[in-house]
Amino acid sequence: MKMNRRDFVKAAGAASAAGLIGLPGLTFGANGKVVVVGGGTGGATAAGYIKRLAPSIDVTVIEPNREYYTCYMSNEVIGGDRALDTIRVSYDGLRARGVQFVHDMATGIDPDKRVVKTAGGQEFPYDRCIVAPGIELLHDKIEGYSEAASEIMPHAWKAGEQTRLLRAQLEAMDDGGVAIISAPPNPYRCPPGPYERASQIAHYFKHHKPKSKIIILDAKPAFSKQALFTQGWERLYGFGTANALLEWRPGPDDAVTRVDTDEMLVETDFGDQVKAQVINIIPPQRAGRIAQVSGLADDSGWCPIDFRTFESRLQPGIHVIGDACIAGEMPKSAYSANSQGKVAAAAVVALLAGQAPGVPSYVNTCYSIVGQDYGISVAGVYKLAADGSTIASVPDSGGLTPMDAPDWALAREVQYAYSWYDNIVHDTFG
Amino acid sequence: MKRRTKLALYASILLFSTLNTAQAETLLSGADARTLAMTCAGCHGTDGASVGPASPTIGGMYRGYFIEIMEGFRSGEIYSTVMGRIARGYTDDEIELMADYFMSKPFVPAQQSYDRNLVPVGARLHDRYCERCHADGGIPLEDEEYFILAGQWTPYLEYAMEDFLADRRPIERRMKQELDRLMRREGPDGLQAIFAFYGSLQ
Repeated sequence: MKMNRRDFVKAAGAASAAGLIGLPGLTFGANGKVVVVGGGTGGATAAGYIKRLAPSIDVTVIEPNREYYTCYMSNEVIGGDRALDTIRVSYDGLRARGVQFVHDMATGIDPDKRVVKTAGGQEFPYDRCIVAPGIELLHDKIEGYSEAASEIMPHAWKAGEQTRLLRAQLEAMDDGGVAIISAPPNPYRCPPGPYERASQIAHYFKHHKPKSKIIILDAKPAFSKQALFTQGWERLYGFGTANALLEWRPGPDDAVTRVDTDEMLVETDFGDQVKAQVINIIPPQRAGRIAQVSGLADDSGWCPIDFRTFESRLQPGIHVIGDACIAGEMPKSAYSANSQGKVAAAAVVALLAGQAPGVPSYVNTCYSIVGQDYGISVAGVYKLAADGSTIASVPDSGGLTPMDAPDWALAREVQYAYSWYDNIVHDTFG
Repeated sequence: MKRRTKLALYASILLFSTLNTAQAETLLSGADARTLAMTCAGCHGTDGASVGPASPTIGGMYRGYFIEIMEGFRSGEIYSTVMGRIARGYTDDEIELMADYFMSKPFVPAQQSYDRNLVPVGARLHDRYCERCHADGGIPLEDEEYFILAGQWTPYLEYAMEDFLADRRPIERRMKQELDRLMRREGPDGLQAIFAFYGSLQ
């Protein structure tokens, strides 16, 4: 058979591709045990990337859940455009990479003995520990709210069953009903999240319950991507008009301070009472519980770290990444957690090999889907300050979708948001 | 695009070097290629192999093209939704390191659906209008310049083509002539057939 140029090139391409896979870039001589506490985005990324960079390192992830539901894209589930099982991911990809999983709850870390203890009574020794516990929801900062109350007024700020519950409540609500989102004070997981959620609920109402309304009662007087969200709400949901599907009431006056699950009402700091059929309480937050009990968090409730390696400033040998850490100018987002997981993985591999950690580089990119074919984004490229004092945005870079973006560009941003989702999930858990 | 826009690119690079002087003193540069490239994976896939549906695969991308397009994004000469904002965060040296890194990675063709019925027409149109410059649909070639088209994500190719046609993306004189000819004779259906052909090369 005559081989045409097309066939020839394909064969050559495959051969050279095969030759490129593998050895360069691996760190030999790095050995030891790494225990990762938490199998969310940060922990999973760090575990997988340590195995990619230095397969000889023993990596164990301690995570109570057998599968993970991503918070990202969970607002599309709440709005009804996406099924819950499309945001469920398994740990099989990381297992295939050689990462070991222990499905147990870490209850303490002894930094002197270098041991992680679990609720199941097991102990896991480590040479380096990476703690990625995400957030703890401070239910009791709102009078009347509790974990039990979240079965009636879901937070849905950790995805899974809570996401399903909030979606089911919205479906069961009669047209003409009112839904409330109580948005938390800074800092918290996913700054644009409450506003994307309100957008998705308004999107659902517009098409299925047009006499209904979603009201955001905010602890803050301003929020992330505010001008872009407001513009989108005006265009899509009549924001600011008498028939608005969506209303935003700013803090501090309209911060929710008390809830009553029997009466299905909330009370604001100003003293107003608002009744609703569906009430979504996103409580104030701090670093996940294990960070609190292991002496990793400071008075702010979050974890101070060395910005080059993410090693705790309070407990040597333990690195803290993701939402739980104080990462300079980086927001608490999935992309930040993924980026930090890689920096921490490279630092841990270097330290275990007795080498100095390299110069880091960090990125955040974060999309919000405001409605049908209507996506907006924020991006940031970050570097370590030369004096190590913070992680700072590179001047003149990053920023928001422009306010004058045409419709076709906003539609592209939705497709790029879906690409972001598929690729970050694959990179983190695959 | 390269020759026509070089002067403009140099001008913008000069401007950027000036703007970035202050930053160089306060922020730490010197990250290695892999460290820089790993940050792209969240949108473009691990080692640049995008799992789609729209973000382009950049693993296996030709080095010169990577540099050219990043400079174009950075200056704003090439339209982008988000890449301009990101490209402005990197120096020339950093862009070159990333270009080397991604070219060293295998190109993984997109696993995507396409209209089988359009593929034979698309192959014919590709040969007639594109093949002379985009040899074999832009499959990576040893020691030759190439633009990945075969096996690239179709929505990305569609966006890029919309931008060429709307003057949001600089286009070489020769390509403009061929594209005008294609649009005149075959219309938008011709482009769809060509996209189906590229999509079929998996």
